[in-house]
Amino acid sequence: MSERILKTEHITQRFGGLVALSDISMEVNSGEIVGIIGPNGAGKSTLFNVITGMYNPTEGKVEMLGQDVTGWKPYRITELGFSRTFQNIRLFPRMTVQDNVIVGMHTRTKGNIFSGVFFTKKEKEERASCVREADTILRLLGLYEDRFEMGTSLPYGSQRKLEIARALATRPKLLLLDEPAAGMNEQETEELRQIVYRLKEMGYTILLIEHDMKFVMNICERIYVLNNGCMISSGTPDEVRTDPVVIEAYLGKEE
Amino acid sequence: MEKFCEKLVRYRVPLLILACVVAVAFPFVFPSKYFIRIGTVCLMYVMITLSLNLMVGYMGQMSFGHAAFMGIGAYTAAILTTTYDVPFFVAFILAGVVAGLFGLLLGLPVLKLKGYYFTIITMVFCEIVRVVELNWMSLTRGPLGIMAIPKPSFLGFEITTPRQFYFMILVLVALSTLVVSNLMKSRVGYAILAIRDDELAAEAMGIHVFRYKMIVFILSSLLVGLAGAFYATYTSYIDPSSFAAAQSNDMLVMVIFGGLGNTVGSFIGAISLSILPEALRDLAQYRQLIYGVLLVLLMMVKPQGLLGDINFKYIRQRMEHREKSKEAANE
Repeated sequence: MSERILKTEHITQRFGGLVALSDISMEVNSGEIVGIIGPNGAGKSTLFNVITGMYNPTEGKVEMLGQDVTGWKPYRITELGFSRTFQNIRLFPRMTVQDNVIVGMHTRTKGNIFSGVFFTKKEKEERASCVREADTILRLLGLYEDRFEMGTSLPYGSQRKLEIARALATRPKLLLLDEPAAGMNEQETEELRQIVYRLKEMGYTILLIEHDMKFVMNICERIYVLNNGCMISSGTPDEVRTDPVVIEAYLGKEE
Repeated sequence: MEKFCEKLVRYRVPLLILACVVAVAFPFVFPSKYFIRIGTVCLMYVMITLSLNLMVGYMGQMSFGHAAFMGIGAYTAAILTTTYDVPFFVAFILAGVVAGLFGLLLGLPVLKLKGYYFTIITMVFCEIVRVVELNWMSLTRGPLGIMAIPKPSFLGFEITTPRQFYFMILVLVALSTLVVSNLMKSRVGYAILAIRDDELAAEAMGIHVFRYKMIVFILSSLLVGLAGAFYATYTSYIDPSSFAAAQSNDMLVMVIFGGLGNTVGSFIGAISLSILPEALRDLAQYRQLIYGVLLVLLMMVKPQGLLGDINFKYIRQRMEHREKSKEAANE
Protein backbone atom coordinates (compact mmCIF):
# COMPACT_ATOMS: atom_id res chain seq x y z
CA MET A 1 0.00 0.00 0.00
CA SER A 2 1.31 3.41 -0.92
CA GLU A 3 1.81 6.35 1.39
CA ARG A 4 -1.29 7.99 2.83
CA ILE A 5 -1.31 11.66 1.88
CA LEU A 6 -4.60 12.84 3.33
CA LYS A 7 -6.98 11.39 5.86
CA THR A 8 -10.01 13.06 7.39
CA GLU A 9 -11.72 11.57 10.40
CA HIS A 10 -15.35 12.32 11.24
CA ILE A 11 -15.28 15.90 10.00
CA THR A 12 -18.31 17.92 11.02
CA GLN A 13 -18.71 21.56 10.09
CA ARG A 14 -21.56 23.65 11.46
CA PHE A 15 -22.34 27.25 10.64
CA GLY A 16 -24.72 28.32 13.40
CA GLY A 17 -27.63 25.90 13.06
CA LEU A 18 -26.67 24.76 9.58
CA VAL A 19 -24.80 21.49 9.32
CA ALA A 20 -22.66 21.83 6.19
CA LEU A 21 -20.73 18.62 6.69
CA SER A 22 -21.40 15.75 9.02
CA ASP A 23 -19.11 12.91 9.87
CA ILE A 24 -16.97 12.86 6.74
CA SER A 25 -14.14 10.36 6.74
CA MET A 26 -12.04 9.89 3.66
CA GLU A 27 -8.50 9.33 2.54
CA VAL A 28 -6.23 9.87 -0.43
CA ASN A 29 -3.13 7.80 -1.11
CA SER A 30 -0.06 8.82 -2.99
CA GLY A 31 -0.37 8.68 -6.79
CA GLU A 32 -4.17 8.47 -6.82
CA ILE A 33 -6.72 10.64 -8.53
CA VAL A 34 -9.73 10.86 -6.27
CA GLY A 35 -12.98 12.62 -7.08
CA ILE A 36 -15.62 14.19 -4.88
CA ILE A 37 -19.00 14.55 -6.52
CA GLY A 38 -22.42 15.58 -5.37
CA PRO A 39 -25.27 17.93 -6.24
CA ASN A 40 -25.06 21.68 -5.64
CA GLY A 41 -24.86 22.56 -1.98
CA ALA A 42 -23.72 19.08 -0.99
CA GLY A 43 -20.74 20.50 0.92
CA LYS A 44 -17.95 19.70 -1.54
CA SER A 45 -16.32 23.10 -1.44
CA THR A 46 -16.79 23.30 2.32
CA LEU A 47 -14.85 20.06 2.62
CA PHE A 48 -12.08 21.58 0.49
CA ASN A 49 -12.02 24.62 2.71
CA VAL A 50 -11.70 22.44 5.79
CA ILE A 51 -8.88 20.40 4.28
CA THR A 52 -6.93 23.49 3.19
CA GLY A 53 -7.38 25.27 6.51
CA MET A 54 -9.78 28.00 5.35
CA TYR A 55 -12.32 26.66 7.84
CA ASN A 56 -11.66 25.17 11.23
CA PRO A 57 -13.91 22.10 11.53
CA THR A 58 -16.38 21.96 14.42
CA GLU A 59 -15.47 18.33 15.03
CA GLY A 60 -13.10 15.82 13.56
CA LYS A 61 -9.53 15.65 12.44
CA VAL A 62 -7.56 16.35 9.27
CA GLU A 63 -4.37 14.36 8.93
CA MET A 64 -1.75 15.13 6.37
CA LEU A 65 1.19 12.81 5.77
CA GLY A 66 0.50 11.33 9.19
CA GLN A 67 0.50 14.71 10.91
CA ASP A 68 -2.54 16.25 12.58
CA VAL A 69 -3.13 19.58 10.82
CA THR A 70 -6.62 20.36 12.14
CA GLY A 71 -6.98 24.10 12.72
CA TRP A 72 -3.74 25.01 10.97
CA LYS A 73 -3.66 28.26 9.02
CA PRO A 74 -3.92 27.88 5.23
CA TYR A 75 -0.38 29.14 4.59
CA ARG A 76 1.09 26.45 6.85
CA ILE A 77 -0.93 23.76 5.12
CA THR A 78 0.40 24.97 1.78
CA GLU A 79 3.93 24.97 3.20
CA LEU A 80 3.46 21.35 4.20
CA GLY A 81 2.31 20.38 0.72
CA PHE A 82 -1.37 20.91 -0.13
CA SER A 83 -2.22 23.32 -2.88
CA ARG A 84 -5.60 24.26 -4.25
CA THR A 85 -7.43 26.02 -7.01
CA PHE A 86 -10.63 27.98 -6.48
CA GLN A 87 -14.06 27.31 -7.90
CA ASN A 88 -14.60 31.02 -8.51
CA ILE A 89 -11.24 31.83 -10.09
CA ARG A 90 -8.98 33.87 -7.81
CA LEU A 91 -5.97 34.91 -9.87
CA PHE A 92 -3.92 37.95 -8.92
CA PRO A 93 -5.58 40.51 -11.21
CA ARG A 94 -2.71 42.98 -11.51
CA MET A 95 -0.06 40.39 -12.34
CA THR A 96 0.96 38.75 -15.58
CA VAL A 97 0.50 35.05 -16.20
CA GLN A 98 4.17 34.48 -15.41
CA ASP A 99 4.11 36.44 -12.16
CA ASN A 100 0.99 34.63 -11.01
CA VAL A 101 2.92 31.38 -11.27
CA ILE A 102 6.02 32.84 -9.61
CA VAL A 103 3.97 33.79 -6.53
CA GLY A 104 3.15 30.09 -6.25
CA MET A 105 6.83 29.38 -5.60
CA HIS A 106 6.77 31.36 -2.38
CA THR A 107 7.07 28.41 -0.04
CA ARG A 108 9.98 26.90 -1.93
CA THR A 109 12.12 30.05 -2.12
CA LYS A 110 14.16 31.62 0.62
CA GLY A 111 14.54 35.36 0.00
CA ASN A 112 13.95 37.52 3.08
CA ILE A 113 13.63 41.22 3.76
CA PHE A 114 17.40 41.80 3.78
CA SER A 115 18.21 39.87 0.62
CA GLY A 116 15.28 41.77 -0.91
CA VAL A 117 16.29 45.28 0.13
CA PHE A 118 19.90 44.77 -0.98
CA PHE A 119 18.85 42.56 -3.89
CA THR A 120 21.77 40.25 -3.24
CA LYS A 121 23.29 37.94 -5.81
CA LYS A 122 21.49 35.01 -4.21
CA GLU A 123 18.12 36.75 -4.45
CA LYS A 124 18.80 37.63 -8.07
CA GLU A 125 19.66 34.05 -8.94
CA GLU A 126 16.63 32.78 -7.08
CA ARG A 127 14.35 35.13 -9.04
CA ALA A 128 15.92 34.07 -12.34
CA SER A 129 15.40 30.40 -11.55
CA CYS A 130 11.78 31.16 -10.62
CA VAL A 131 11.25 32.65 -14.08
CA ARG A 132 12.76 29.59 -15.76
CA GLU A 133 10.66 27.25 -13.70
CA ALA A 134 7.50 29.26 -14.30
CA ASP A 135 8.11 29.00 -18.03
CA THR A 136 8.47 25.22 -17.75
CA ILE A 137 5.16 24.94 -15.92
CA LEU A 138 3.46 27.28 -18.40
CA ARG A 139 4.72 25.19 -21.33
CA LEU A 140 3.24 22.10 -19.69
CA LEU A 141 -0.15 23.79 -19.53
CA GLY A 142 0.09 25.44 -22.94
CA LEU A 143 0.13 28.99 -21.59
CA TYR A 144 3.74 29.82 -22.39
CA GLU A 145 2.96 32.13 -25.33
CA ASP A 146 0.67 34.20 -23.10
CA ARG A 147 3.13 34.54 -20.25
CA PHE A 148 3.37 38.33 -20.42
CA GLU A 149 -0.39 38.90 -20.67
CA MET A 150 -2.36 39.84 -17.60
CA GLY A 151 -3.70 36.71 -15.92
CA THR A 152 -7.28 37.91 -15.84
CA SER A 153 -7.28 38.92 -19.52
CA LEU A 154 -7.02 35.29 -20.61
CA PRO A 155 -10.08 33.36 -21.83
CA TYR A 156 -11.99 31.61 -19.10
CA GLY A 157 -10.63 28.14 -19.75
CA SER A 158 -7.05 29.40 -19.75
CA GLN A 159 -7.63 31.20 -16.47
CA ARG A 160 -8.60 27.87 -14.94
CA LYS A 161 -5.43 26.33 -16.35
CA LEU A 162 -3.41 29.19 -14.93
CA GLU A 163 -4.87 28.47 -11.50
CA ILE A 164 -3.64 24.91 -11.86
CA ALA A 165 -0.22 26.20 -12.98
CA ARG A 166 -0.03 28.45 -9.93
CA ALA A 167 -0.97 25.60 -7.62
CA LEU A 168 1.59 23.33 -9.29
CA ALA A 169 4.27 25.93 -8.67
CA THR A 170 4.15 25.09 -4.96
CA ARG A 171 5.14 21.50 -5.95
CA PRO A 172 2.27 20.07 -3.93
CA LYS A 173 2.15 16.58 -2.51
CA LEU A 174 -1.60 16.81 -2.99
CA LEU A 175 -3.22 18.99 -5.64
CA LEU A 176 -6.79 19.98 -4.86
CA LEU A 177 -8.82 21.06 -7.88
CA ASP A 178 -12.16 22.73 -7.18
CA GLU A 179 -14.36 22.19 -10.24
CA PRO A 180 -11.55 22.58 -12.77
CA ALA A 181 -13.81 21.98 -15.77
CA ALA A 182 -16.60 24.34 -14.71
CA GLY A 183 -17.58 26.65 -17.54
CA MET A 184 -15.22 25.04 -20.03
CA ASN A 185 -16.36 24.03 -23.50
CA GLU A 186 -15.86 20.50 -24.79
CA GLN A 187 -12.46 21.12 -26.36
CA GLU A 188 -11.13 22.83 -23.25
CA THR A 189 -12.43 20.01 -21.07
CA GLU A 190 -10.64 17.51 -23.28
CA GLU A 191 -7.40 19.51 -22.97
CA LEU A 192 -7.85 19.59 -19.23
CA ARG A 193 -8.29 15.83 -19.17
CA GLN A 194 -5.00 15.43 -21.02
CA ILE A 195 -3.32 17.73 -18.53
CA VAL A 196 -4.63 15.80 -15.55
CA TYR A 197 -3.42 12.52 -17.10
CA ARG A 198 0.00 14.01 -17.67
CA LEU A 199 0.14 15.22 -14.07
CA LYS A 200 -0.72 11.72 -12.91
CA GLU A 201 2.09 10.31 -15.03
CA MET A 202 4.41 12.82 -13.43
CA GLY A 203 3.47 11.37 -10.08
CA TYR A 204 1.09 14.01 -8.72
CA THR A 205 -1.68 13.03 -6.34
CA ILE A 206 -4.93 14.80 -7.11
CA LEU A 207 -8.20 15.33 -5.28
CA LEU A 208 -10.82 16.97 -7.43
CA ILE A 209 -14.36 18.21 -7.11
CA GLU A 210 -16.35 18.05 -10.27
CA HIS A 211 -19.82 18.44 -11.64
CA ASP A 212 -19.10 16.99 -15.05
CA MET A 213 -19.88 13.30 -14.43
CA LYS A 214 -18.26 12.11 -17.63
CA PHE A 215 -15.05 13.88 -16.72
CA VAL A 216 -14.94 12.38 -13.23
CA MET A 217 -15.91 8.87 -14.27
CA ASN A 218 -13.17 8.74 -16.87
CA ILE A 219 -10.40 10.13 -14.83
CA CYS A 220 -10.78 9.13 -11.20
CA GLU A 221 -9.80 5.88 -9.60
CA ARG A 222 -11.99 6.37 -6.59
CA ILE A 223 -14.94 8.61 -5.96
CA TYR A 224 -16.66 9.94 -2.86
CA VAL A 225 -20.24 11.09 -3.19
CA LEU A 226 -21.61 13.82 -0.94
CA ASN A 227 -25.22 14.85 -0.52
CA ASN A 228 -26.60 17.33 2.03
CA GLY A 229 -23.29 17.28 3.87
CA CYS A 230 -23.21 13.51 4.27
CA MET A 231 -21.09 10.92 2.54
CA ILE A 232 -23.63 8.71 0.82
CA SER A 233 -21.37 6.48 -1.22
CA SER A 234 -17.80 5.77 -2.16
CA GLY A 235 -15.85 3.40 -4.37
CA THR A 236 -14.67 2.96 -7.96
CA PRO A 237 -16.52 4.86 -10.69
CA ASP A 238 -18.44 1.72 -11.67
CA GLU A 239 -19.53 0.99 -8.11
CA VAL A 240 -20.68 4.56 -7.59
CA ARG A 241 -22.46 4.75 -10.95
CA THR A 242 -24.63 1.75 -10.12
CA ASP A 243 -25.24 2.61 -6.47
CA PRO A 244 -29.00 3.20 -6.09
CA VAL A 245 -28.45 5.81 -3.37
CA VAL A 246 -26.36 7.90 -5.77
CA ILE A 247 -28.85 7.56 -8.59
CA GLU A 248 -31.58 8.70 -6.23
CA ALA A 249 -29.59 11.72 -5.08
CA TYR A 250 -28.93 12.81 -8.63
CA LEU A 251 -32.11 11.85 -10.41
CA GLY A 252 -34.68 11.70 -7.63
CA LYS A 253 -36.68 8.73 -6.39
CA GLU A 254 -38.58 6.47 -8.73
CA GLU A 255 -42.27 6.68 -8.09
CA MET B 1 -0.75 56.50 -23.10
CA GLU B 2 0.51 52.99 -23.87
CA LYS B 3 2.68 54.36 -26.71
CA PHE B 4 4.03 57.11 -24.46
CA CYS B 5 4.88 54.63 -21.73
CA GLU B 6 6.67 52.39 -24.22
CA LYS B 7 8.81 55.39 -25.19
CA LEU B 8 9.60 55.97 -21.52
CA VAL B 9 10.57 52.34 -21.10
CA ARG B 10 12.65 52.25 -24.28
CA TYR B 11 14.70 55.28 -23.24
CA ARG B 12 14.74 54.43 -19.52
CA VAL B 13 18.53 54.45 -19.18
CA PRO B 14 19.17 57.89 -20.73
CA LEU B 15 16.09 59.25 -18.92
CA LEU B 16 17.39 57.98 -15.60
CA ILE B 17 20.80 59.52 -16.23
CA LEU B 18 19.13 62.78 -17.23
CA ALA B 19 17.08 62.80 -14.04
CA CYS B 20 20.22 62.24 -11.96
CA VAL B 21 22.08 65.01 -13.77
CA VAL B 22 19.17 67.42 -13.30
CA ALA B 23 18.93 66.53 -9.60
CA VAL B 24 22.63 67.08 -9.02
CA ALA B 25 22.89 70.22 -11.18
CA PHE B 26 19.77 71.86 -9.76
CA PRO B 27 21.32 73.67 -6.75
CA PHE B 28 24.11 75.00 -8.97
CA VAL B 29 21.82 76.19 -11.76
CA PHE B 30 19.42 77.79 -9.27
CA PRO B 31 21.74 78.84 -6.46
CA SER B 32 19.24 81.10 -4.67
CA LYS B 33 18.21 80.00 -1.18
CA TYR B 34 14.56 80.04 -2.17
CA PHE B 35 14.94 77.58 -5.03
CA ILE B 36 17.19 75.26 -3.08
CA ARG B 37 14.66 75.23 -0.26
CA ILE B 38 11.88 74.25 -2.68
CA GLY B 39 14.14 71.52 -4.10
CA THR B 40 14.90 70.21 -0.63
CA VAL B 41 11.26 70.17 0.43
CA CYS B 42 10.29 68.43 -2.82
CA LEU B 43 12.85 65.69 -2.20
CA MET B 44 11.77 65.30 1.40
CA TYR B 45 8.22 64.73 0.20
CA VAL B 46 9.50 62.25 -2.37
CA MET B 47 11.00 60.22 0.45
CA ILE B 48 7.77 60.43 2.46
CA THR B 49 5.65 59.51 -0.54
CA LEU B 50 7.88 56.54 -1.41
CA SER B 51 7.49 55.18 2.10
CA LEU B 52 3.73 55.68 2.16
CA ASN B 53 3.37 54.20 -1.32
CA LEU B 54 4.89 50.98 -0.01
CA MET B 55 2.04 50.73 2.44
CA VAL B 56 -0.87 52.13 0.46
CA GLY B 57 0.10 51.48 -3.14
CA TYR B 58 2.05 48.25 -3.13
CA MET B 59 0.25 46.55 -0.28
CA GLY B 60 -3.15 48.19 -0.51
CA GLN B 61 -3.48 49.19 3.16
CA MET B 62 -4.93 52.69 3.26
CA SER B 63 -3.21 54.61 6.06
CA PHE B 64 -4.26 58.07 7.22
CA GLY B 65 -1.68 58.17 9.98
CA HIS B 66 1.64 58.48 8.21
CA ALA B 67 2.44 61.92 9.65
CA ALA B 68 2.39 60.41 13.13
CA PHE B 69 5.42 58.24 12.31
CA MET B 70 7.17 61.19 10.75
CA GLY B 71 6.49 63.10 13.97
CA ILE B 72 7.81 60.25 16.09
CA GLY B 73 11.01 60.24 14.05
CA ALA B 74 11.33 64.03 14.19
CA TYR B 75 10.74 64.20 17.95
CA THR B 76 13.11 61.30 18.61
CA ALA B 77 15.90 63.03 16.72
CA ALA B 78 15.12 66.43 18.24
CA ILE B 79 14.93 65.23 21.84
CA LEU B 80 18.03 63.06 21.57
CA THR B 81 20.18 65.80 20.04
CA THR B 82 18.98 68.68 22.25
CA THR B 83 18.24 67.21 25.67
CA TYR B 84 20.66 64.29 25.63
CA ASP B 85 23.41 65.62 23.36
CA VAL B 86 23.46 62.42 21.33
CA PRO B 87 25.54 62.79 18.13
CA PHE B 88 23.29 63.50 15.15
CA PHE B 89 24.20 60.38 13.22
CA VAL B 90 23.18 58.12 16.11
CA ALA B 91 20.01 60.13 16.75
CA PHE B 92 19.13 59.90 13.05
CA ILE B 93 19.39 56.10 13.02
CA LEU B 94 17.48 55.87 16.31
CA ALA B 95 14.72 58.06 14.89
CA GLY B 96 14.15 55.44 12.20
CA VAL B 97 14.33 52.61 14.71
CA VAL B 98 11.87 54.22 17.14
CA ALA B 99 9.41 55.04 14.35
CA GLY B 100 9.71 51.45 13.11
CA LEU B 101 9.13 50.21 16.66
CA PHE B 102 5.92 52.23 16.91
CA GLY B 103 4.92 50.71 13.59
CA LEU B 104 5.44 47.31 15.14
CA LEU B 105 3.46 48.21 18.26
CA LEU B 106 0.54 49.63 16.30
CA GLY B 107 0.69 46.88 13.69
CA LEU B 108 0.45 43.97 16.11
CA PRO B 109 -3.15 44.61 17.12
CA VAL B 110 -4.28 46.56 14.07
CA LEU B 111 -3.00 44.75 11.00
CA LYS B 112 -5.43 41.89 11.61
CA LEU B 113 -8.23 44.34 10.90
CA LYS B 114 -9.45 44.72 7.37
CA GLY B 115 -10.09 47.70 5.13
CA TYR B 116 -11.92 50.59 6.73
CA TYR B 117 -11.26 49.51 10.30
CA PHE B 118 -7.55 49.66 9.73
CA THR B 119 -7.84 53.05 8.05
CA ILE B 120 -9.86 54.53 10.91
CA ILE B 121 -7.38 53.33 13.53
CA THR B 122 -4.43 54.86 11.68
CA MET B 123 -6.34 58.13 11.63
CA VAL B 124 -7.01 57.95 15.36
CA PHE B 125 -3.41 56.96 16.04
CA CYS B 126 -2.21 60.09 14.26
CA GLU B 127 -4.41 62.21 16.53
CA ILE B 128 -3.27 60.38 19.69
CA VAL B 129 0.38 60.94 18.83
CA ARG B 130 -0.27 64.63 18.20
CA VAL B 131 -2.09 65.03 21.52
CA VAL B 132 0.74 63.29 23.36
CA GLU B 133 3.29 65.54 21.67
CA LEU B 134 1.17 68.53 22.66
CA ASN B 135 0.73 67.61 26.32
CA TRP B 136 3.84 65.77 27.45
CA MET B 137 5.47 69.08 28.37
CA SER B 138 8.52 67.64 30.12
CA LEU B 139 9.53 65.62 27.07
CA THR B 140 8.32 67.58 24.05
CA ARG B 141 7.80 71.11 25.47
CA GLY B 142 4.23 70.85 24.13
CA PRO B 143 2.98 73.67 21.90
CA LEU B 144 6.22 75.61 22.37
CA GLY B 145 7.95 73.03 20.23
CA ILE B 146 11.62 72.15 20.26
CA MET B 147 13.97 74.85 19.11
CA ALA B 148 17.63 75.02 18.12
CA ILE B 149 17.89 71.46 16.89
CA PRO B 150 21.57 71.13 15.97
CA LYS B 151 22.79 70.80 12.42
CA PRO B 152 23.81 67.31 11.35
CA SER B 153 27.38 66.14 11.16
CA PHE B 154 28.61 62.87 9.71
CA LEU B 155 32.10 61.70 10.71
CA GLY B 156 33.36 65.20 11.31
CA PHE B 157 31.75 66.61 8.17
CA GLU B 158 29.17 69.24 9.09
CA ILE B 159 26.08 70.03 7.08
CA THR B 160 25.24 73.70 7.34
CA THR B 161 24.55 75.36 3.99
CA PRO B 162 21.25 74.89 2.13
CA ARG B 163 23.10 73.19 -0.69
CA GLN B 164 24.58 70.61 1.67
CA PHE B 165 21.11 69.92 3.06
CA TYR B 166 19.87 69.47 -0.48
CA PHE B 167 22.50 66.84 -1.18
CA MET B 168 21.82 65.12 2.12
CA ILE B 169 18.15 64.59 1.27
CA LEU B 170 19.09 63.69 -2.31
CA VAL B 171 21.22 60.83 -1.01
CA LEU B 172 18.40 59.74 1.32
CA VAL B 173 15.93 59.75 -1.57
CA ALA B 174 18.31 57.73 -3.74
CA LEU B 175 18.71 55.15 -0.98
CA SER B 176 14.96 54.96 -0.33
CA THR B 177 14.29 54.50 -4.04
CA LEU B 178 16.81 51.69 -4.14
CA VAL B 179 15.28 50.04 -1.08
CA VAL B 180 11.74 50.19 -2.47
CA SER B 181 12.55 49.15 -6.02
CA ASN B 182 14.85 46.31 -4.91
CA LEU B 183 12.30 45.04 -2.45
CA MET B 184 9.53 44.98 -5.03
CA LYS B 185 11.64 42.84 -7.36
CA SER B 186 12.31 40.28 -4.64
CA ARG B 187 10.43 37.37 -3.14
CA VAL B 188 9.08 39.62 -0.39
CA GLY B 189 7.84 42.06 -3.03
CA TYR B 190 5.94 39.34 -4.87
CA ALA B 191 4.32 38.34 -1.59
CA ILE B 192 3.34 41.97 -0.93
CA LEU B 193 1.77 42.38 -4.37
CA ALA B 194 -0.07 39.08 -3.99
CA ILE B 195 -1.55 40.31 -0.69
CA ARG B 196 -2.69 43.52 -2.36
CA ASP B 197 -4.35 41.61 -5.18
CA ASP B 198 -6.09 38.87 -3.20
CA GLU B 199 -5.38 38.12 0.44
CA LEU B 200 -7.14 34.77 0.46
CA ALA B 201 -5.39 33.51 -2.67
CA ALA B 202 -2.08 34.79 -1.29
CA GLU B 203 -2.60 32.79 1.87
CA ALA B 204 -3.48 29.72 -0.20
CA MET B 205 -0.13 30.12 -1.95
CA GLY B 206 1.62 29.76 1.40
CA ILE B 207 2.14 33.44 2.16
CA HIS B 208 2.02 34.41 5.83
CA VAL B 209 -0.13 37.48 5.21
CA PHE B 210 0.19 39.01 8.67
CA ARG B 211 3.98 38.72 8.71
CA TYR B 212 4.37 40.52 5.39
CA LYS B 213 1.92 43.23 6.36
CA MET B 214 4.01 43.73 9.49
CA ILE B 215 7.27 43.93 7.52
CA VAL B 216 5.84 46.57 5.21
CA PHE B 217 4.30 48.58 8.04
CA ILE B 218 7.59 48.64 9.96
CA LEU B 219 9.69 49.48 6.92
CA SER B 220 7.29 52.20 5.84
CA SER B 221 7.29 53.75 9.34
CA LEU B 222 11.07 53.49 9.57
CA LEU B 223 11.61 55.33 6.29
CA VAL B 224 9.24 58.14 7.16
CA GLY B 225 10.81 58.33 10.62
CA LEU B 226 14.15 59.06 8.94
CA ALA B 227 12.46 61.70 6.80
CA GLY B 228 11.08 63.19 10.03
CA ALA B 229 14.57 63.32 11.56
CA PHE B 230 15.78 65.12 8.46
CA TYR B 231 12.89 67.57 8.72
CA ALA B 232 13.74 68.29 12.38
CA THR B 233 17.37 69.11 11.73
CA TYR B 234 16.64 70.95 8.47
CA THR B 235 14.11 73.37 9.94
CA SER B 236 15.84 73.25 13.37
CA TYR B 237 12.40 73.75 14.95
CA ILE B 238 9.46 71.34 15.30
CA ASP B 239 6.08 71.53 16.98
CA PRO B 240 3.10 69.12 17.05
CA SER B 241 1.15 70.99 14.36
CA SER B 242 3.59 69.77 11.69
CA PHE B 243 2.49 66.18 12.18
CA ALA B 244 -1.28 66.44 12.28
CA ALA B 245 -4.00 64.68 10.32
CA ALA B 246 -3.85 67.35 7.61
CA GLN B 247 -0.24 66.41 6.87
CA SER B 248 -1.20 62.74 6.66
CA ASN B 249 -3.83 63.66 4.11
CA ASP B 250 -1.35 65.68 2.06
CA MET B 251 0.99 62.69 1.94
CA LEU B 252 -1.80 60.39 0.86
CA VAL B 253 -2.90 62.80 -1.86
CA MET B 254 0.65 62.80 -3.25
CA VAL B 255 0.72 59.01 -3.37
CA ILE B 256 -2.65 58.74 -5.07
CA PHE B 257 -1.97 61.65 -7.45
CA GLY B 258 1.27 60.09 -8.67
CA GLY B 259 -0.18 56.61 -8.90
CA LEU B 260 -0.66 53.81 -6.41
CA GLY B 261 2.13 51.25 -6.48
CA ASN B 262 4.37 53.12 -8.91
CA THR B 263 7.75 54.45 -7.80
CA VAL B 264 8.08 56.93 -10.64
CA GLY B 265 4.57 58.06 -9.73
CA SER B 266 5.74 58.83 -6.19
CA PHE B 267 8.34 61.21 -7.60
CA ILE B 268 5.83 62.90 -9.88
CA GLY B 269 3.17 63.16 -7.18
CA ALA B 270 5.47 64.51 -4.49
CA ILE B 271 7.35 66.98 -6.70
CA SER B 272 4.38 68.38 -8.60
CA LEU B 273 2.19 68.80 -5.52
CA SER B 274 5.04 70.42 -3.57
CA ILE B 275 5.77 72.87 -6.36
CA LEU B 276 2.16 73.67 -7.20
CA PRO B 277 1.43 75.83 -4.13
CA GLU B 278 4.64 77.75 -4.81
CA ALA B 279 3.79 78.21 -8.47
CA LEU B 280 0.38 79.55 -7.48
CA ARG B 281 1.88 81.95 -4.94
CA ASP B 282 0.97 85.02 -7.03
CA LEU B 283 -2.68 84.13 -6.80
CA ALA B 284 -2.48 84.51 -3.02
CA GLN B 285 -5.89 83.82 -1.53
CA TYR B 286 -7.08 81.64 -4.43
CA ARG B 287 -4.17 79.30 -4.05
CA GLN B 288 -5.82 76.62 -1.94
CA LEU B 289 -8.98 76.84 -4.02
CA ILE B 290 -7.15 76.20 -7.30
CA TYR B 291 -5.16 73.40 -5.71
CA GLY B 292 -8.39 71.77 -4.57
CA VAL B 293 -10.11 72.15 -7.94
CA LEU B 294 -7.11 70.63 -9.75
CA LEU B 295 -7.21 67.61 -7.46
CA VAL B 296 -10.94 67.13 -7.97
CA LEU B 297 -10.44 67.32 -11.74
CA LEU B 298 -7.68 64.73 -11.65
CA MET B 299 -9.75 62.36 -9.56
CA MET B 300 -12.58 62.68 -12.06
CA VAL B 301 -10.41 62.09 -15.12
CA LYS B 302 -7.93 59.57 -13.71
CA PRO B 303 -9.03 58.30 -10.31
CA GLN B 304 -6.17 55.79 -10.13
CA GLY B 305 -3.60 58.60 -10.34
CA LEU B 306 -1.28 59.59 -13.16
CA LEU B 307 0.66 56.31 -13.35
CA GLY B 308 -1.72 54.26 -11.22
CA ASP B 309 -2.41 51.33 -13.50
CA ILE B 310 0.94 51.31 -15.26
CA ASN B 311 3.51 48.64 -14.62
CA PHE B 312 6.74 49.51 -16.41
CA LYS B 313 8.17 46.03 -15.96
CA TYR B 314 5.22 44.46 -17.78
CA ILE B 315 5.36 47.05 -20.56
CA ARG B 316 9.06 46.28 -21.06
CA GLN B 317 8.47 42.51 -21.05
CA ARG B 318 5.68 42.74 -23.61
CA MET B 319 7.70 45.09 -25.80
CA GLU B 320 10.76 42.85 -25.81
CA HIS B 321 8.62 39.79 -26.39
CA ARG B 322 6.94 41.41 -29.39
CA GLU B 323 10.25 42.44 -30.89
CA LYS B 324 11.73 39.00 -30.40
CA SER B 325 8.83 37.27 -32.12
CA LYS B 326 9.07 39.77 -34.96
CA GLU B 327 12.75 38.95 -35.39
CA ALA B 328 12.01 35.25 -35.35
CA ALA B 329 9.36 35.73 -38.03
CA ASN B 330 11.81 37.64 -40.26
CA GLU B 331 14.41 34.91 -40.21
